[in-house]
Amino acid sequence: MTDDSFRAAVAAGVIGAESAYASLLRSIVEVARAIFSAQRSSIFLLDEETDELVFEALAGDEEQGLIGTRIPSSTGIAGWTLVTRQPLVIENLEEDPRHSREVAEKTGYVPKGIMSVPLLVEERALGVLQVLDRPARPGFSLQEMDVLGLFANQAAIALDLLQRSRRAKAALAGGDADVVVVARLAAALDELVEDDRARALRLLEALEDVLRT
Amino acid sequence: MCILDSGVDPNHPKVGEVQGAVEITVDADGNPTASPDEEGDLCGHGTACAGVIRGLAPECEIHSVRVLGAGYTGSGPILLGGLRWAVEQGFDVVNMSLSTTKRQFAEVLHELADKAYFNRTILVASAHNMPVESYPWRFSSVISVGSHSEADSRRFYYNPNPPVEFFARGVDVELAWMGGKTIRATGNSFATPHISGICALVRSKHPQLTPFQLKSVLHLIADNMGGSAA
Repeated sequence: MTDDSFRAAVAAGVIGAESAYASLLRSIVEVARAIFSAQRSSIFLLDEETDELVFEALAGDEEQGLIGTRIPSSTGIAGWTLVTRQPLVIENLEEDPRHSREVAEKTGYVPKGIMSVPLLVEERALGVLQVLDRPARPGFSLQEMDVLGLFANQAAIALDLLQRSRRAKAALAGGDADVVVVARLAAALDELVEDDRARALRLLEALEDVLRT
Repeated sequence: MCILDSGVDPNHPKVGEVQGAVEITVDADGNPTASPDEEGDLCGHGTACAGVIRGLAPECEIHSVRVLGAGYTGSGPILLGGLRWAVEQGFDVVNMSLSTTKRQFAEVLHELADKAYFNRTILVASAHNMPVESYPWRFSSVISVGSHSEADSRRFYYNPNPPVEFFARGVDVELAWMGGKTIRATGNSFATPHISGICALVRSKHPQLTPFQLKSVLHLIADNMGGSAA
C-alpha cells in the first residue's frame, strides 16, 4: 500500500468516525431536549484557533441552516457560560431585548428561558450545551441543575472524542509524515500473526521505554 | 467590595453608585494593566452580582474589575491579572462568580489566594457542582459557595462536608440586568454574591477580622448552626 492510498484509507475511516460522532452530537441535543421537555436544545463548540463558538447541533427545529454560525467566544449567554465555567439558568430572557435580538440573528430563535452549561473535560472547555424553553415551573430545582451538569459531562466526553477525530483527520489531510509512519506501523502490526505479532509488540514496547526515558 | 467579573452597569437602580471600575488587559508577556473601564457591563453577569451585594449591604463601596469579555483564549491571564490587581488594592471582599479549569493557572491562583488571606482580603468564589477540577474555589484560603433553593437572601448554610463550605440563595433569584431590567436566574454565580454581601456586613461592623475569623463567624451565624444573618 502506497503512502497516499494508505493515508486515504485511514482518512476515510476517520471521516466515517466523524460522521458517527456528528450523529452522536445530534443525539445529545435530542436527549437533552427530551430530558427537560424543552422546545429546543443546541450545542456550541469552541474553535480555539479563531477564539469563536461554533453552532454545531440543534434539536427541536427542522431548520438546520444556521449550523456553523460563529460568535465571539465570550459574548452572549453561551460565551459567559464558557468563560466563567459556571452553569446557569435564566427564566425570563425576553426582559433583555438586546440579547434576544442577537440570539435571533445567530440562531433564528428567541427563547424565553435558557439553561446553559459548559462542556468540560479535565482542564479543557469544549463548548456549551443549552436547553431552551422547558415548560414553566414554579421555581427551578437544584436536582434539575445536577441532571444538567451530569448530562453535560457525558456530552463533553463524546465531544472530546469528536475533536480528537477532527485533529487526526486534519493531520492526515495535511500529510503529517510522523502520523502516517505511526499509522503504517500500526497497520503492519495488525497484519502479523501469533509469534511474529508477539515479538513485534515486545520490540515496540522496548522502543516505547527508550523513548520515554 | 470588588467584583471580578464582566463589569458593572453603574446606572442600574438595583446597583446604585459604583465607586470604581477598571478593565484588565495583559501584554504579550502576561503583565496586567488596569485602565479605567468606560464600557460598564458587557453581558450582565457582573451587574447581576453587584445588585445582589447592594441589596444585602446597601452602604458598601462597589468596585468593578472587568476580566471577562476579551474572549476565551486570553481569559486565564486576564483573570490572574485582575485578581493580582484586586489583592494589591487591599479590598475587604472580592467576589469571584467564576472559575478556571486550567491547571497551569492553579499554582499562581493558589499563591494569590494565600496572599489575599494573609492581607485580610476575603475571596468569595463560586463552587462547581459538575465533576471537574476547577479553581480557585477549592482552595481553603477561599470561601466557596454553592446554592440552596430557598427564597431568603439572608439565609445560608454551613456545609460540614467540604470542599463547598457554604450554601446561599442561588435558585430563581431576581437580578439586576442590562438596560435597567431585572431577570430571574439560577446558578452558583448568584449564590456567591449573597455570601459576599453578608461578609461585607460583618466586615463593616468588625473591620479587624481576619479571613480565618470571618469564616469562623460565618460558620457560627449559619442558619443550620443556630445563627442568623438576618
